[in-house]
Amino acid sequence: MKNVWALVRREILSYFSSPIAYVVLSAFLWLYGFYFYAYLEAFIDPRTVAPGAVVNVNQDMLRWVFHTTAFFLLFLLPMVTMRSFSEELRSGTIELLFTSPLTDTQIVMGKFLGALSLFAVMLATTSFHMAVLFYFGDPEWKPIAVGYLGLFLLGAGYIAFGLMFSALTKNQIVAGLLSFGAFVLLYLVALGEDRGWMELVTYLSVDQHLEEFAKGVLDTRDVVYFASMTILGLFLTKQAIESYRWRS
Amino acid sequence: MIEVESVTKEYGPVTAVEDLSFSVAAGEILGFLGPNGAGKTTTMRVLTGFFPPTRGSVKVAGFDVASQPLAAKKAIGYLPETPPVYPEMTVVDYVDFVARIKGVPGNERLDRVDHALERCALTAVRSKLTSKLSKGYKQRVGLAQAIVHDPAVLVLDEPTSGLDPKQINDTRELIRSLGGDHTVILSTHILPEVSMTCDRVVIIHGGRLVAQGTPSSLEEQFRREDSLEITVQGEAAEIEAVLGAVEGVVSVSAATASEGDEVFSYRLEVDHGRDLRRVLSERIVESGLGLLELHRSGMSLEEVYLRAISREGS
Repeated sequence: MKNVWALVRREILSYFSSPIAYVVLSAFLWLYGFYFYAYLEAFIDPRTVAPGAVVNVNQDMLRWVFHTTAFFLLFLLPMVTMRSFSEELRSGTIELLFTSPLTDTQIVMGKFLGALSLFAVMLATTSFHMAVLFYFGDPEWKPIAVGYLGLFLLGAGYIAFGLMFSALTKNQIVAGLLSFGAFVLLYLVALGEDRGWMELVTYLSVDQHLEEFAKGVLDTRDVVYFASMTILGLFLTKQAIESYRWRS
Repeated sequence: MIEVESVTKEYGPVTAVEDLSFSVAAGEILGFLGPNGAGKTTTMRVLTGFFPPTRGSVKVAGFDVASQPLAAKKAIGYLPETPPVYPEMTVVDYVDFVARIKGVPGNERLDRVDHALERCALTAVRSKLTSKLSKGYKQRVGLAQAIVHDPAVLVLDEPTSGLDPKQINDTRELIRSLGGDHTVILSTHILPEVSMTCDRVVIIHGGRLVAQGTPSSLEEQFRREDSLEITVQGEAAEIEAVLGAVEGVVSVSAATASEGDEVFSYRLEVDHGRDLRRVLSERIVESGLGLLELHRSGMSLEEVYLRAISREGS
């Protein structure tokens, strides 16, 4: 555990002493501020509300904020994970990790928790926007918490697969593009028609599962989906690292 | 301290190291010598547990690298060919990170880091980013990283490559001072390095061990003749006739004219174990030639090395 902490600590230090953390954070905040404002404006615009209808800030605004955030994570998280293993393979620092008293699982967990911490910081910055809502309005906190949990679990899954692609190539651009392509695929599969065999494909879709969280519904099936995605991604990353040892 | 037993490493159809066995005693500095592509880096990577050998086993400080990798790795400090530094970290942060992952206990860590930095003369640049350092400093950071957890065994892959002469000298001195406390194995293709820093030498070529021993025992092993250097004043033809007539002289090299006219130097190969200096000097003086210089020349490690690897090739 101490070993994993040492690795996580270095990852965080490294994110914040290179431009990555700042680029990703500012891109995220810029985008988030933009669509948060757009949804809020639409929400408070009296023309969009049918006379006599009951409006709910959780269902009519934040739900879309969560969905849109999930959409932008498609390319923001590959930026976070693309260099994690690729750069170590390219520069040879992986030799230090492989010859230190660390297990492959510890190395993968160090990278994973490091990237997850940066993602947590990304999500934490949006607490400011939530504070604004709580100050001026009266949203329910439970659906918000569930929504954030959904985003966090989704991000963990993306990060796990992003790490796997990063462990497969020395080229971080290739790693980033492969992750992005895979995530877009997982996102788009739900757009097919819902008939027969499509049920399975739809089950795989990321956005389907996020929908429940965004609505504020905590369903074990969706938690299991994201958790298995994360575990599978981490397992494959470990396999990729092991195979690199044998191939090199 | 290090026991390598019939290690073979294959990359697909290519055999990089074949049936290699050798051992290193505690406190010894072993030079691992071979031309580029001989399998030095591959052997070191097997030793340090970077990858497993195809066949064979390696024991470091009593631990089998394959079955007890964590204990073995704790006992090893490793400087790969390119120092594995993270450019975005400062020197002290980096060495501290390595101390953490090598399992240095928290209460000793700061002292160990300071000690490693001091030993490698890095105290002045401790807060600099490693990306801002010159090649020589980076190499020293690599060494500091290797010694920070006070390992029993140090594995150094070409520790002086790419350094300037002053830095090479400093690095060699540092390595010499590390011997004794640590068992050191260092690879190189530079010969003087071996004679200057190493107690024992292993020569590999084409992935196989071709010779091992102390520099002087290797010299003995590969010596077929003794050689003498001689400088004589007189006619070249006459000198050669006189020298060639002495019993026990195997061959006379071509003359090299040295100090102007009528002064020639030769290298003589003579039967091993016979001292012909007295006979030679008498003959030369009797023939009316001027004997200016006569001395025995040892066999350089370079010759040993060339002979060892060419014997293997033929």
